[in-house]
Amino acid sequence: MDYQGYPEDQAILKVREITMRFGGLEALNNLSLAISPHQIVSIIGPNGAGKTTLLNAITGVFSPDSGEILFRARPISRLKPFQIASLGINRTFQQAQLFANMTVLENVMVGRHPRTKTGFLEGMLHLPNERREEKEIKEKAASLLDFFGLLPKAGWMAAHISIAEQKRLEISRAMAGEPALLLLDEPVAGLNIRETEEIGDLIVKLREKGQTIILVEHNMHLVMGISDWVIVLHHGSKISEGRPEEMQKDRRVVEAYLGK
Amino acid sequence: MGRNNKIYLLIYASIIFLLPALLRNNYQLMVLNVAALNIMVVIGLNLLMGYAGQISLGHAAFFGLGAYLSAIFTATYGFPTWPTMILAMAITGLVAYIIGIPTLKLEGHYLVMATLGFNVIVYIVMIQLDEVTGGPSGFAGIPRLAIGSLVFDSDRKIYYLLGAGSLGVLLVSLNLIHSRVGRAMAALSHNEIAAKCAGIDTEMYKVKIFVISAVWASLAGSLYAHYITFISPGTFSFFYSIQVVTMVLVGGIGSLWGSLFGAVLLTLLPEVLHAVKEYNVLIYGLILMLVLLFFPQGLIPGIMEAFGKGKMFNHSEVLKKGA
Repeated sequence: MDYQGYPEDQAILKVREITMRFGGLEALNNLSLAISPHQIVSIIGPNGAGKTTLLNAITGVFSPDSGEILFRARPISRLKPFQIASLGINRTFQQAQLFANMTVLENVMVGRHPRTKTGFLEGMLHLPNERREEKEIKEKAASLLDFFGLLPKAGWMAAHISIAEQKRLEISRAMAGEPALLLLDEPVAGLNIRETEEIGDLIVKLREKGQTIILVEHNMHLVMGISDWVIVLHHGSKISEGRPEEMQKDRRVVEAYLGK
Repeated sequence: MGRNNKIYLLIYASIIFLLPALLRNNYQLMVLNVAALNIMVVIGLNLLMGYAGQISLGHAAFFGLGAYLSAIFTATYGFPTWPTMILAMAITGLVAYIIGIPTLKLEGHYLVMATLGFNVIVYIVMIQLDEVTGGPSGFAGIPRLAIGSLVFDSDRKIYYLLGAGSLGVLLVSLNLIHSRVGRAMAALSHNEIAAKCAGIDTEMYKVKIFVISAVWASLAGSLYAHYITFISPGTFSFFYSIQVVTMVLVGGIGSLWGSLFGAVLLTLLPEVLHAVKEYNVLIYGLILMLVLLFFPQGLIPGIMEAFGKGKMFNHSEVLKKGA
């Protein structure tokens, strides 16, 4: 398939001319991009290129100073993070942000939050519909843990599992929200080759199920190995995009990384 | 809520039921009744401190609102007691909602200051609005509670009612923290940004927890008013707010069983220390200090850890069943 000239109206996510300043620093500078569905789209660039800032803008952690973000044709750049998550965008963080005081299973159960609805009163009274939903939440969470190879660790406190397991747990928690768009912020940072491969395989498996994924990653081996499309940022702007093998040869990309 | 909690609840219920047989006089029953009321307030406060990461220094005011609303509506206007109790809870909850909306949207501990101020205001109103509240001399002649022909007019009769009340508050609160909502509460208190990105409306959750917390205090206040039949502003001063915060800390933030323990311990302790006469305040302070020094996370979590039941591992029921 050729995604060059991909029609913008088929994109699941459109970022239109967003700019974001922190003091005098322009973290994102008039950035536009479109993400097509059912793909692994990697966003790469040197440190400080604005990759994490972009993820924070998409998920509503920061709102952009100008510009617009459309998710399934709906503007989301003024929504709060919980609203964006409920619409179907879930993420992981560069440094795993787990609920360390909960078990592995409970972490994933929290991830089901936007797809479930038991309220305070039903919870307090432990009504039958609450029990039913609770059972369903547990089953869904357990099956996700199974998929991510964490079922044997289900009862462990999240703080006590290895870094690689924490990274996988964070992806399972994000997947528990049944996102239409999954954002992964450096999912293999700090992992060894074998652990990196495991996570790479899992990401590919998710894509095979039709999951749309935005991957921010510094590990070029992983990016070039699994991405369908690569977008390159530099100083808060997009300098190039294309298929992985094209990006490896792209003069602007090489210059951005190595300098002229 | 897990099998262990159900067993503990059963044990607690049997203790409530059997304890009066061991007691020699009504005074001891009265102390236990006060402890049961404190349990309700402290459990509510612990939901707020342990699950919203916020502190209220105004729970005496919510306790007082429950007491005065029940007193005024039933004694002055002749409202029926039980429905008025629910009305008082609703009004107190609404007041908490109005305080919570602006303060809990801000990051940081603005709720402490807002509730502290609120407590002082409520206290002043209780004293100054004397045509309605009876002013500093108090409000007398509050009707007793009754179910049909059973009137709760003795320490012993009301003991079972308050015991059941504290059990009910504990049960419902345990249900809550073991539900989807409780998980979301625990999540937001531990890592707010991750909770938000997991789709949890953290601001609204904090407000709702605060409202529930105030409603439990109001319930305790109404029960107190109908039990003692006389209330005066002194009971609802800021010092009581501090006392219940201390009970949460001693029992353990986030542990509802700890709250039960903390409330009972700190209600009974001064009574026990009457034996040492003038040294009682000194020893009370010393015990508090030692507890917080050696169990900074509270007695119940601290003791659990000491017995190796720390939270390293926690088998979930679903996985035992192999689901």
